[in-house]
Amino acid sequence: MTIIAEYGDILVIMACIFGFFMAWGVGANDVANAMGTSVGSKALTLKQAILIAIIFEFAGAWLAGGAVTSTIRKGIIDPALLSGTPELLVYGMLSALLAAGIWLLIATFFGWPVSTTHSIVGAIVGFAAVGIGVDAVNWGKVSKIVASWVVSPVTAGLIAFFLFRSVQRLILDTEEPFKNAKKYVPYYIFLVGFMISMVTFTKGLKHIGLDLGFGTSSLISVGVALLTMFLGIAMLKKIHASKADDKDYHFASVEKVFGVLMMFTACAMAFAHGSNDVANAVGPLAAVVGVVASAGEVAQKTAMPVWILLLGGGGIVAGLVMYGHKVIATVGNNITELTPSRGFAATLAAATTVVFASGTGLPISTTHTLVGAVLGVGLARGLSALNLRVIGTIFASWVVTLPAGAGLAIMFFFMFKGMFG
Amino acid sequence: MVTNNSIFQLFASSPFKPMQEHIAKAHACAIELIPFFDAVMANDWEKAERLQQNIARLENEADTLKKDVRQQLPRGLFLPVPRTDLLDLLRMQDKIANRAKDIAGLMLGRQMSIPEAIQPIMKEYLAVSLKTSAQALSALNGLDELVTSGFSGHEVDLVEQMIHEIDDLEHNADEMERQARSALFTVEKELHPIDAMFLYQVINLVGDLADKAQQVGSRLQLLLAK
Repeated sequence: MTIIAEYGDILVIMACIFGFFMAWGVGANDVANAMGTSVGSKALTLKQAILIAIIFEFAGAWLAGGAVTSTIRKGIIDPALLSGTPELLVYGMLSALLAAGIWLLIATFFGWPVSTTHSIVGAIVGFAAVGIGVDAVNWGKVSKIVASWVVSPVTAGLIAFFLFRSVQRLILDTEEPFKNAKKYVPYYIFLVGFMISMVTFTKGLKHIGLDLGFGTSSLISVGVALLTMFLGIAMLKKIHASKADDKDYHFASVEKVFGVLMMFTACAMAFAHGSNDVANAVGPLAAVVGVVASAGEVAQKTAMPVWILLLGGGGIVAGLVMYGHKVIATVGNNITELTPSRGFAATLAAATTVVFASGTGLPISTTHTLVGAVLGVGLARGLSALNLRVIGTIFASWVVTLPAGAGLAIMFFFMFKGMFG
Repeated sequence: MVTNNSIFQLFASSPFKPMQEHIAKAHACAIELIPFFDAVMANDWEKAERLQQNIARLENEADTLKKDVRQQLPRGLFLPVPRTDLLDLLRMQDKIANRAKDIAGLMLGRQMSIPEAIQPIMKEYLAVSLKTSAQALSALNGLDELVTSGFSGHEVDLVEQMIHEIDDLEHNADEMERQARSALFTVEKELHPIDAMFLYQVINLVGDLADKAQQVGSRLQLLLAK
């Protein structure tokens, strides 16, 4: 107890620094995955993508990031077991942040595809199991999280498959794809708007004091979705079929229509990513702040301070602006295979999956979900070639990330324990 | 820092673009036969040799492209079409260039002059035969659109129509082959027997050119079949 009282300020400041460092890493690396498909499909310019990412990552983190944050903060470790020794939780969360941040930096340096979510969950489980005791880990919750890492890419893949199939059926396979694209794309835009606002209103807004019922939320969401759709229709009006682009087919003009849709799905993706991945950085930070603020009480029910989510959002934006734009620029130029119609199906499917996982508080890997979605489009015969060996690399990095994050976290945990006594 | 990003490695480079490049090269090689025949008919063997060398060079380039495509198709590739069908199609495309080279090589090597009486029909026959490979080229160019539509629906109909046209063109070439043969038959007694023999062979090979183009079409059809 005395340790918390004595070093409280220093601990909070350290947690803020580490949390910002981690959020910076998320912004620098992960956002590129989320936004790269939009730039790669030439639906957005680099500048537009970064602007969208800044606004919507931040909005996602702030408006819908609460649920996953609370899982990271108090879902993995049973706080009740630590009521006697709150300082252990503080050390642990600090070391988890530092471990995951450093692991992220190392992996990025060597070019390994790691997931920020996996790093932080591995780190928390690691310090808790070794530093505190195997019983301290809420294994039921952890197994749910781990299962979701498999379930979410599969879900995203299925959604992407059927989305792309519907696009084929309604638009691409028809006699007049351009006309049908203009007819049906607004409905897809409606879907994007509805999905985002639904999750925001039902799950996200509690922590800023707005608790709406399911019915009200649905009504507002439909309203927001309609507004989005009208905005989309206005943008679509400017697109005309150009004869020069078309040859015998009409796909060059059709893709321009999908380019508009892709702008909306890019917003959705940035929002989804912010809502889920900001938790990786701010969850542990929130736990530390919670313990210190209640003077050593490991409280189960403290409200999530908004400034923490803002700090996380700010860190992501900083990482994105300082480093992420380089990554997006490089990866965006490398994809030639992704047209807006394909990219939209993959991105929207991934965004939907991530947003709903955020709503239910599950920390899932955005990167792996997007990979699942891309495979789904491939299965619908919508991509000309995919390199399946990469799945192996991703799987390997996934297997390595958990013990690596855990190992580093355990090391830092004993270091902090030694430092503060 | 390296940007070695998992998602973006997932996108293997498309094999369809190089396939199109390859058949474009093969067709460019075959189409050179037209000036070559002109030079032969004008008995300009210097020019014919230059053109033959050009054909050989183009055939060589097509070969290199073929090898590139094969190397671009590693085992783990997740293609929307069967890998074996794609390789088979590639082999057929390559044969168009091979035939063109065979024809030019044979004619130059033996300095075969074409009797004036059958020159017009030979020219027409060659043109019809090359139309077949031109049509195969445009059908191949539809592959991009097929990927977009997921190999179904309206775009498949369009490409299948093109494939039918290849068949029709090949039938025309068959008909022209028969006419060229009978034209040669009427003058064969005036020719040296061995020259006549080889002229029949050239007629055969030009027909073969159309045949190979048709087979490209039928392989393409296999890709579309589910």
